Amino acid sequence: MKEIRIHGRGGQGNVTLGEFLAEAAFAGGLYAQAFPMFGSERHGAPVTAYVRISDRPIRLRSQVYEPDHLIVQDMSLFAGNDLTGGLKEGALVVVNTSGPVGDLGIAEGFRVVGVPATELALEVVGKPIINTIMVGAFAGASGEIEMDALEKSVRERYPGELGEREIVAMRRAFEMVQGAVR
Amino acid sequence: MREMMEGSSAVAESVALCRPKVVCAYPITPQTHIVERLARLHAEGRLDAGYVLAESEFTAASVVLGASATGARAYTASSSQGLLLMTEVIFNIAGMRLPVVMTVANRAVSAPINIWNDQQDSMSLRDCGWIQMYAEDVQEACDMHLQAFRIAESLNIPVMVCMDGYILTHATEPVDLPSAGEADSYLPPFEPRFHLTPTDPMTLGAMAGPDAYMEVRMLLHRSMQQAAGTIRQAAVDFHEMFGRYAGAQLDTYHADDAEVLLVSMGSLLGTMKDAVDELREEGHPVGIVKVRTIRPFPRSELHDALHRARAVGVVEKDISLGLEGILCSEIRSAFCGAAETPGISSFVAGLGGRDIRKEQIKEIALGLLSDNTCRVEVTGLDHEVLWRAHEEE
Repeated sequence: MKEIRIHGRGGQGNVTLGEFLAEAAFAGGLYAQAFPMFGSERHGAPVTAYVRISDRPIRLRSQVYEPDHLIVQDMSLFAGNDLTGGLKEGALVVVNTSGPVGDLGIAEGFRVVGVPATELALEVVGKPIINTIMVGAFAGASGEIEMDALEKSVRERYPGELGEREIVAMRRAFEMVQGAVR
Repeated sequence: MREMMEGSSAVAESVALCRPKVVCAYPITPQTHIVERLARLHAEGRLDAGYVLAESEFTAASVVLGASATGARAYTASSSQGLLLMTEVIFNIAGMRLPVVMTVANRAVSAPINIWNDQQDSMSLRDCGWIQMYAEDVQEACDMHLQAFRIAESLNIPVMVCMDGYILTHATEPVDLPSAGEADSYLPPFEPRFHLTPTDPMTLGAMAGPDAYMEVRMLLHRSMQQAAGTIRQAAVDFHEMFGRYAGAQLDTYHADDAEVLLVSMGSLLGTMKDAVDELREEGHPVGIVKVRTIRPFPRSELHDALHRARAVGVVEKDISLGLEGILCSEIRSAFCGAAETPGISSFVAGLGGRDIRKEQIKEIALGLLSDNTCRVEVTGLDHEVLWRAHEEE
């Protein structure tokens, strides 16, 4: 079983990001589970979402304490939070940042990938919708999620022109991270 | 066909498949997504029902009471404080023998205010005369609604379908929903035994004095006690038609040769099953008894399922303050007068959304293997905080 933890702030589509991953894994013939842990329900408050992917039915309902991968949608959460706590050795960490990932202060032993998701969203989508970009980057860096399945999920949820622009941005992020793993 | 769905959406779709004639609710976290989805289905013309927006849970319960009394299949949903605000009407719905079905998205009760999951809300209403069922996963929560309407309407007893808030309502996982035709063949249209109509006037919920009240209450009590067959048949027929069976009033997991049996209700059972698999691999004879209905209480079935064990650990997300976990007390009552009784211990856990880890379950089971003395424990507490508060007192 693979476990993924997503950190972000209310309004950034953290729960939806988890659902995209779970749906894409399921489309690839695996079992999947996605669920959120809200703080208080308001925009800007820290939100954690969890995804489990397995080749067997998933019964475990506890939160994820030792994730295989980490997705951080808002790098400001690194301040004062132990985001990499419990993270497995060699785990993939995908962070929304336009700066060098070395500046994030993440401990050694993880594969860190930075994606300028906010800039990319403003440029391609025209709005700061970053979760589709982050999920594209995760798919590119991990190689564990099929892009076609992701596209289908995004298109179902966001039909129309906005969704299509998000898919373009998602593809850009997917390609951007090829070979970018630290 | 199985597809990925959020628990609330999947339950709303299942409720729509039950073809209620009246849906009335007031939104409350974590129930909100269920009624939002039903409202959308109604707006899109996919739910042919009266959808009534209420200004409070008290009204929502009153509307479904009235609707059900006119012979309409009626549905509502709530959580926590909302459920408690319904309480007066909830007793009336049961006393008037109206087969309303309600989803409870289980959540802690105030104070302190807390929006996260435990089962204190519905457990506090266990004596209101409703059948109470608890779902283990999203699939069971969906299936349970079809069964619930069938049970309610054949017994004229309302049914609460309880599903853990967030843990199930907000979980996205694979779900298999029946087609409309399949749902229709499992759940035929509601044919009320009695209903209010101007062409044949009658009174429902009339006053019953000391000369009649007890008999009326005993009729409901007896119907509850005799509901086992109906609940079982609903599960058996469902299995036959859809190939899924999650238990009738109970279900068991590795229980036959178990020296320690863990008992629980709802979504914790999933985590528990993973814990038991690991304990079995390590050679420990541990199993699980799942309680699916706390009302009617399956007393003799529980006795039969538990009596061979050395120790029983009841792990539950509620507490009767000043006593112990509620389900544990009731399970003790199943052994009243029995010659041989396992050590039955209460483990209160997960209040107000505190996470319950697989390791905690294993610890409880291993503790019971080495010592079956009856005890009351609260797991996952921060003892330092408690100690400081105690010192200040």
